[in-house]
Amino acid sequence: MALMQTLPLITHTSFAKPIAWRKGISVSVEEFLADVNYLATLLPAGKHILNVCKDRYHFSVGLAAAIISNKVSVLPPTHTPEMLRQLQIFSPDVFCLYDNDDCDIALPRFNYPTMPKHPAKKVSIPRINTQQLIAIVFTSGSTGQPNPHPKKWGSLVQNVQAQAKRLGLSESNEYSFIGTIPPQHMYGFESTVLLPWQSGNAISSAQPFYPADICSAMQSIPAPRILVSTPLHLRLLLDSELNIAEPALLLSATAPLSYTLADKVETTLKAPLIEIYGSTETGQIATRRTIDGDSWQLLPQIKLTQQGEQVFAEGGHVEVATTLNDIIELTEPGFFLLHGRTQDLINIAGKRSSLTNLNHHLNAIEGVIDGAFFMPDELSHDHVTRLSACVVAPNLTASQLLAALRTKIDPAFLPRPLLFLETLPRNATGKLPREALKKLFDTSINKDLSCTQN
Amino acid sequence: MTIMIENNKALQLEVAELMVQALNLDTSANEIDPDAPLYGDGLGLDSIDILEVALVISKRYGLQLKADSENNHEIFSSLHNLTSYVAANKAS
Repeated sequence: MALMQTLPLITHTSFAKPIAWRKGISVSVEEFLADVNYLATLLPAGKHILNVCKDRYHFSVGLAAAIISNKVSVLPPTHTPEMLRQLQIFSPDVFCLYDNDDCDIALPRFNYPTMPKHPAKKVSIPRINTQQLIAIVFTSGSTGQPNPHPKKWGSLVQNVQAQAKRLGLSESNEYSFIGTIPPQHMYGFESTVLLPWQSGNAISSAQPFYPADICSAMQSIPAPRILVSTPLHLRLLLDSELNIAEPALLLSATAPLSYTLADKVETTLKAPLIEIYGSTETGQIATRRTIDGDSWQLLPQIKLTQQGEQVFAEGGHVEVATTLNDIIELTEPGFFLLHGRTQDLINIAGKRSSLTNLNHHLNAIEGVIDGAFFMPDELSHDHVTRLSACVVAPNLTASQLLAALRTKIDPAFLPRPLLFLETLPRNATGKLPREALKKLFDTSINKDLSCTQN
Repeated sequence: MTIMIENNKALQLEVAELMVQALNLDTSANEIDPDAPLYGDGLGLDSIDILEVALVISKRYGLQLKADSENNHEIFSSLHNLTSYVAANKAS
């Protein structure tokens, strides 16, 4: 990589090819580049840009215009007033690029312009310095201050190129990408914008919300289609029992999928479902086809090393050895097993496990649609604090479920109480925040909802 | 006329019950203020809650919610508006 000074913005080999689809109409590479050049001449002077465009095509034009103007896109985890305040401290010149009328981001704002009909002008694909800072992705941090993670062009490109190769993508496939996750999220940024750019494929501008929206977005673009999604959206899509135009490939990230859901998705949608493993710090580093087993395969050149309890990723696009916040078991070279996040380590009376591991077993039970364990705050070190769990399992009784669990986990981890629910309190990215679970169990204790399905 | 209002009241309670169940809300169906916003300040639902409510409502009443065809914020602006939408669009 060191020898290579620049890499192209996009890898499309023809200016006439579609790079995006908007409401059933294709946008050619040539039109895209003209839009990018036009927007770049209008952007405010600030070096940092918060691109909140809802239309994925607008987002991609905003990102490209920022890149060719040597601006840095900032991607915070939320847009709360406190986070915006922190962003302004971090980068006082930050401004917001938006395309929806109800945008209320309290920063200097710039409205995505109505694009004029560009005069026929020769465009070229810009080449970007591999050392150029493209984005700063923030994580919440534990002390209230967001942690910045800088992303350079060379590393981003190397990452999605490796991903494209793993997934077997190339320009000759003419794929269209539809995302149920926003491009402002690291996963959406890589897999719904950079991946199509760097594999010569096209982006759907849609940001589908309801299952019916996903279906019409899929219907509005030609096959082959790639649906980039999450366990939450895939479950809702299946439960809606709508007819969906078949995807050629499905991607999922943000939380591990259960075998049961993955199998059902593959059978119903008749396409392979690949899970992506990564983090904000490292980008994407491994994949697995869930129905083939638990093992994750690292992207080529990525190596994991273990030092004590900690596992570090290094190599390829990961320039500096980076700690992974997960319990990882190195198996054969290039493969590993994920046993949960290190923060969710469980220790009950000397027996150790992790919430992710327990959740995996819970969700693997036939009849369990969704389920989660919860470790309540310890009231006293003298008392053993027990796990709680909540499940969505309309056709199981509590005793059936506990009997099945007993065959998988140590009795110390059996939940009490066990709540039967209609849905779990997952957030926008399908994750289950501990606070949400805590609230759930705090309120349900008084309601005596436990074991209602006897 | 009176019958229609009664019907809508019954439907409103039914929709409220679906929401309480789907989201495991710590409130009972008849406690939900029909005119208070469901998002944010009122009942405090977020977009994922709306997705979940939309799913149970689709299944129960045989209608499909779409973000682009109707004013989504309007539909979910209150229990009253959601009930009117269901009454007008449900499969008979």
